[in-house]
Amino acid sequence: MGLRVLAAMSGGVDSAVAAARIAEAGHDVTGVHLALSANPQSHRTGARGCCTIEDSRDARRAADVIGIPFYIWDMAERFQRDVIEDFVSEYAAGRTPNPCLRCNEKIKFAAVLDRALALGFDAVATGHHARLVDGVLSRSADQGKDQSYVLGVLTREQLGHAIFPLGDSTKAEVRAEAARRGLTVADKPDSHDICFIADGDTRGFLSKRLGAAEGPIVDQSGAVVGSHQGAHGFTIGQRKGLHIDRPAADGRPRYVLSIEPVSNTVTVGPRAALEVTSITCGAPVWNGPSRFDDLTVQLRAHGEVYGCRFEETGGGLRVDLDRPATGVAAGQAAVLYSGATVIGSATILSAS
Amino acid sequence: MLPEAIEAMTVQLQQVGNASSLHGAGRRMRRVVEESRETIADALGSRPSEVVFTSGGTEADNLAIKGLYWARRPRRRVLISSVEHHAALDPAQWLADSQGAEIELLEADAYGRVHPETLRAAIERDPDGVAMVSVMWANNEVGTVQPVHALAAVAREHGIPFHTDAVQAVGQLPVSFAESGVDALTLTGHKIGGPMGVGALLLARGLTPVSVQHGGGQERDVRSGTLDAPAIAGLAAAVGTAVKEQEALGRRLASLRDELIERVRAAVPDVVLNGDPDLRETPPAQTPHDELRVTPSPHDERRVTPTASAGRLPGNAHFSFPGCEGDALLMLLDAKGVECSTGSACSAGVAQPSHVLLAMGADAAAARGSLRFTLGHTSTRDDVDRLIEVLPAAVERARRAGLS
Repeated sequence: MGLRVLAAMSGGVDSAVAAARIAEAGHDVTGVHLALSANPQSHRTGARGCCTIEDSRDARRAADVIGIPFYIWDMAERFQRDVIEDFVSEYAAGRTPNPCLRCNEKIKFAAVLDRALALGFDAVATGHHARLVDGVLSRSADQGKDQSYVLGVLTREQLGHAIFPLGDSTKAEVRAEAARRGLTVADKPDSHDICFIADGDTRGFLSKRLGAAEGPIVDQSGAVVGSHQGAHGFTIGQRKGLHIDRPAADGRPRYVLSIEPVSNTVTVGPRAALEVTSITCGAPVWNGPSRFDDLTVQLRAHGEVYGCRFEETGGGLRVDLDRPATGVAAGQAAVLYSGATVIGSATILSAS
Repeated sequence: MLPEAIEAMTVQLQQVGNASSLHGAGRRMRRVVEESRETIADALGSRPSEVVFTSGGTEADNLAIKGLYWARRPRRRVLISSVEHHAALDPAQWLADSQGAEIELLEADAYGRVHPETLRAAIERDPDGVAMVSVMWANNEVGTVQPVHALAAVAREHGIPFHTDAVQAVGQLPVSFAESGVDALTLTGHKIGGPMGVGALLLARGLTPVSVQHGGGQERDVRSGTLDAPAIAGLAAAVGTAVKEQEALGRRLASLRDELIERVRAAVPDVVLNGDPDLRETPPAQTPHDELRVTPSPHDERRVTPTASAGRLPGNAHFSFPGCEGDALLMLLDAKGVECSTGSACSAGVAQPSHVLLAMGADAAAARGSLRFTLGHTSTRDDVDRLIEVLPAAVERARRAGLS
């Protein structure tokens, strides 16, 4: 007898194929759709949003085709508290959160996993594109779709109860397999952006939640060069949407260098001023092998990787990069890799 | 489905003809439909002309509630019990939201029962303003049988049309349209071993609700649409058989149900039985004199007397399991081959605390930790044995999960 596995099914193609694969491998699989929105919209519009009623029906349909029991778990309250409120308060504090990472950390492999284990399941399977072999996480065979970054935050314990059946496949292979298996979600568009901001307007969402408050945009000398409607609308490294009338003295484009929520001030400057080589992080999570070589760090989802060295500093972590990086934002994760293998992660606090 | 229903339906599926047509094939189909109408009328104590075929219980409830409201305008008050099925509650709510109705929910006691005095008091606040009253015959979740005869008598005193959703009652309880004194009664096929997608509204002859769907004028001009003769034949066969076997089935199910309740209580000592605790083998046949009897409130110190119009559906057992989420328990039991249900699910399938239990005074946690076990004509003692075998471990597990 195989494992008792809870397959989290979003209604998309990846989680449907993941569930089908583990069921076919002889495990006892139960499909669960996580209802994350308290007031779900009835239909998806394009690639944005998730957790619509249509998505739950797609997930149920896939479970029926695979031939596994299917349930819907209401996680809306936990999701609201641990992901959406966290997202808003991180922006309010001038940081740039990654809600997908937070959802993996607090919902899928915490609230859902805990409940699953209590109910007698052995593991939670998802359709993430990442490899997991003997509890060791590494990059997907599909470089473009790799999601190991948003899973790098998981502890050894969490990874020990996770199954990612798609790690060796490309997205194209997954879609072809879905079609072969008769899963009607085979050509459903990929989801992008933030699932709980259905219209894709993150700044509008934050303004609604945090209110508009006019504040100054200053240059590195402190001179006011423009104004904005709320510091939470900006991300480190952002170039577009600054609406500064006066050109910089050197005529070069300006980028957001820092966000100071207390004084509601956004500081801008030239690209060179964005470059950092030393990154200060919070407490690290070590979840991979303790011996490694070819050490690299990734500083945002689908971002570049940098050769690096690291040092643990009383409760935190400092990462020194081999070459300068730009657009490094507090609140994002620094995920450390040995080659393609994740060895650990930590939340970025500051960079210089 | 009952074999009789399958047989009756299969025969007609091979026939051609529209019951509204004048040619020979049409006449033959019309005969099937009219004989079905007579069978149903005969089984349920109505006249054939009082049988209006619909696509099922939801349509029959909508036709009764919306249609009678519209027909009785400018009266605006719709009195409906707080423990109705959504098929009745939601049309009433829609009338309030968009048609100017004033919906008034009739309170139920802790067993889910609506007392005739409650209805009387509600009507008498403004009798001339009441468009219609709707109280179900028996509750689909907790199985509580309503004092329908007494309630209908109160409405009748004021000349107000009284509708009852008897979807759960037909085949489980003695149901006579004429004796009950109700003006409109909903039934559906799939609850009695008939086909899905067909039902009927028994509608007193003097009543003409405004149509919900307009068209060819079939069914007394209140329900247009080509009749589904094969399904109607299946429905009639099922009603005939279910009513004929009701007494014996009711007795057998009630006895099995009582055993189930006793054994669940022994297996899970802190379990709470919801609904009427008066577990006699068969509920008493109701008489028009019911209103003269006292139905004690469960809060009373007095015990429920055997003469009270108490009772629950013979196949119904409904429990709250403290500390458990109903849907977790359902999943664990389903994995062990025991099929049961929680309350209702919203369109996204997220479990909502049952409005019936909330109306009975349960808190949201108790409502979420509830499960219904329904016994039907295929249920046996083996099913109860199986449940008792797997229930304690499932409850323990669900409790652990409930805390996480």
